[in-house]
Amino acid sequence: MTAPQWFFAYFAGMITLLSVVMITRRNPVHGVLWMLVLFVHIAGLYLFLNAEFLAAIQIIVYAGAILVLFLFVIMLLNLKKELTVRKVQQHWVIGAAVGAIFAALVVAVVAGITVLPPLGKYSIEAIRSEGGIMTIGKVMYTKYLLPFEIASLVLLVAIVGAVVLAKKRIG
Amino acid sequence: MVPLSWYIILSAVVFSIGVVGFFTRRNLIMIFMSVELMLNSVNISLVAYSHYLQSMRGQVLVFFVIAVAAAEAAIGLAIIIAYYKNNPTIKVDEINLLKG
Repeated sequence: MTAPQWFFAYFAGMITLLSVVMITRRNPVHGVLWMLVLFVHIAGLYLFLNAEFLAAIQIIVYAGAILVLFLFVIMLLNLKKELTVRKVQQHWVIGAAVGAIFAALVVAVVAGITVLPPLGKYSIEAIRSEGGIMTIGKVMYTKYLLPFEIASLVLLVAIVGAVVLAKKRIG
Repeated sequence: MVPLSWYIILSAVVFSIGVVGFFTRRNLIMIFMSVELMLNSVNISLVAYSHYLQSMRGQVLVFFVIAVAAAEAAIGLAIIIAYYKNNPTIKVDEINLLKG
């Protein structure tokens, strides 16, 4: 194996391992902290794929905002007694079997996948000459301007919805 | 050079781990974290395709997925808090108000 393949193997192995560790933790706080390590590894994989903007966003939004939100909610709820009961549902074997069968099927289908030409114009050299963030910014603010604006509406609805749902009912 | 299929297989495996977590855990917060895991695995495959097809679409789509994931986490956790105020449990097999 060449050096990039070893690099990928490390990240892939760590991501898979950390995912399994994360979903099997009894205490959700431990799960969140393992998920933080997992997201850092996913950001490393993004860097490896020449997506440095997304690597930064992954750290800032996922690790910085979403996981902190999870931690806040876990600490708002008093979950002391949840830690002593069974952590899996009654029919967990069926769920695990469904997941394993799904994985086997998808891996069998995608095992030989590859891309066919024509390739787009954003080759590594083109991105490198302009800078990764400038390239993605140009695409986002021209071709995908309307979806970008709609994303801001989605976030606005989320803010209002979260406040309305979680606030104390008056009267 | 790393083949594209390795990334897609990694993405499929992580997605399946998320599915298993979603189906087996009892704790509602762990179920939400499994959903986040599934979203992340999809992001990995999108970024990989974007790189190998030399296109920017995948990366732009990942940006929107992250924005929607943030909205989803905020709304979902607000629903958990709202539910917990009425019935202090987050075990999914005990949340059966709509069962009738």
